[in-house]
Amino acid sequence: MKDTNTPRPLIELRDVQKYYGDYHALRGITLDIAEGEFFSLLGPSGCGKTTLLRTIAGFEDVSSGVVLLDGQNMDRVPANKRPTNMVFQSYAIFPHLTVGQNVGFGLRRSGKSQAEIAKEVDEALEMVGLKGYGARAAHALSGGQRQRVALARALILKPKVLLLDEPLSALDKKLREQMQSELRRLQRHIGITFILVTHDQEEALIMSDRIAVMFEGSIAQMASPQTLYRRPISRKVGEFIGVMNFLPAAVSIDGDGKITVDIKGLGVAHLDEDQCPGGVTPGAGSVGLRPEMMSILFEGETTDKRVVEGQVAEVEYLGDMTYYDVLIDGSEKPVVISMKNLVDRKVLNRGDRCRVTWDARSLVLFE
Amino acid sequence: MKGGWLRSYTIGYLVFLYLPILLLPLFAFNDATVIAFPLRGFTTEWFSQLTEITALHDAVKNSLYIAVVTSLLSVTLGICAARAATKYEFPLKKSIIGFIMLPLVLPEIIVAVSLLVVLLQLGLNLSRWTVIMGHVLICTPFCIAILNSAFGNLDASLEEAAYDLGETRWSTFRLITLPLVMPGIISSLLISFTISLDEFIIAFFLTGTEPTLPVYLWSQFRFPAKIPVVMALGTILVMASVLLLTFAEYFRRRGIRRSGGKDTGGFL
Repeated sequence: MKDTNTPRPLIELRDVQKYYGDYHALRGITLDIAEGEFFSLLGPSGCGKTTLLRTIAGFEDVSSGVVLLDGQNMDRVPANKRPTNMVFQSYAIFPHLTVGQNVGFGLRRSGKSQAEIAKEVDEALEMVGLKGYGARAAHALSGGQRQRVALARALILKPKVLLLDEPLSALDKKLREQMQSELRRLQRHIGITFILVTHDQEEALIMSDRIAVMFEGSIAQMASPQTLYRRPISRKVGEFIGVMNFLPAAVSIDGDGKITVDIKGLGVAHLDEDQCPGGVTPGAGSVGLRPEMMSILFEGETTDKRVVEGQVAEVEYLGDMTYYDVLIDGSEKPVVISMKNLVDRKVLNRGDRCRVTWDARSLVLFE
Repeated sequence: MKGGWLRSYTIGYLVFLYLPILLLPLFAFNDATVIAFPLRGFTTEWFSQLTEITALHDAVKNSLYIAVVTSLLSVTLGICAARAATKYEFPLKKSIIGFIMLPLVLPEIIVAVSLLVVLLQLGLNLSRWTVIMGHVLICTPFCIAILNSAFGNLDASLEEAAYDLGETRWSTFRLITLPLVMPGIISSLLISFTISLDEFIIAFFLTGTEPTLPVYLWSQFRFPAKIPVVMALGTILVMASVLLLTFAEYFRRRGIRRSGGKDTGGFL
């Protein structure tokens, strides 16, 4: 867990703007990243997340705004003088060098003796699980091994911040999942601040302490994975992270500040303030509801929560889960409901009638 | 048989291409001053005569000097141009590169005559250096073509990674870029060397009192008795050229393999 008493964030960005000619790539980015934090920049391609990472690395100048690293202004400090190191999307392993020479590359200018460098290279390789690979030719490595070499090469300089530019996107699914937990474990172990750029929301949720969701050069929301998933600030964020049902609702607020929504088909519900992260505007709005926050009541199951009825419009069987599209009586669009496939639960068919239960606490209000 | 016509066309084409060259060694070892069949017998006389003609030796020296200097200059210019073309954006980039590449298709006689006119107008004496100028002009586009693909195949993040790890721009170029494009550099050195060594028209116009080998050879054709010697020399030149080009291609391919790029086709 991150230390909440840190006197000063390790990285501070204040109103960072970046233009490429007429193109406004970064539109006033302000954020703090604490020491030892695993921070992710998440967004679709072209949202500026890689530009932001390269700005922190020193590969791009800011058009205006301030980048502070450990309290020091990084203005006009080039990449080779910053206490950051980067793992590139292509890994950028030097193909004409051995694995050991690649890993030890950054120590060339350290003034350390050959023996010291060799020892540190061995330690770094052991840390990433490539013990004994030092003498191998770099161009003969597999994708996963390249990624480990790139990690070792960047970490051997003990940077204050490790920047990772979509490091797992070139790996196949199995290997990617394995590397996700490995990276996370490594980060906890060495305690260095990691900043990860990814377009994969699942990857960001799994690995990060905090996530900044970016759209079109701006940060839409910056929060912990749980808050991001449960309380997305806007429809766009809710759509980008996981699956979310959006239902039209009439929003009203009374004199005591009590927020009430009338959702077509589901009925009336009262919301707490934390369920309205984007604010409250009375009138026509919409509410978001995650598929797992609703459940279908199977035969014999009862609940004290409210129950509505509907008809199964579509069934998607995934093995461990089943996704149902259910048209709730009185609503216009089907909602997606995910159910765990337990032993005594039969999978419903298209056209079956069903009872659906849901909890007002799981609603999020949007404009 | 299917494709029979295409097959005979291919064979006919190859015969047309290589038969004249195969005749070179045949007559170079033939014991007669007249270039005609039937062959008279085997001799190495013409090769031993080669070792005794000082004018020929001077021509060889001139050619080698010109070829070495030309290839070094062309490759240096080629590296600068290819680097600029692949790494930087600047106004009129395409037109500038296009104009640099133009001598590749410009008739050499035009290049030669216009250079001659300019040099004479400037009052410069014709020498080995004037030939070198002309040769650099036609060799540089070849170097750029080869080096462009060498630089283009280079992953830009390799340089960024080295820079990020604390190297300077220059040491990054020296430690990462240069070794990775080295096969391309060697390959363009060899190609320029070969082109310069073989080139006749520009050398013929721009050479002063120091003829290059092709110019010297051409002058010898006026004396029928010298023709077998020329054949012997031709045989040596063909073998040397083939050898050089093979090396050049070997290095080009090795470069592509090393940087992990795709082979987009070279000269061989």
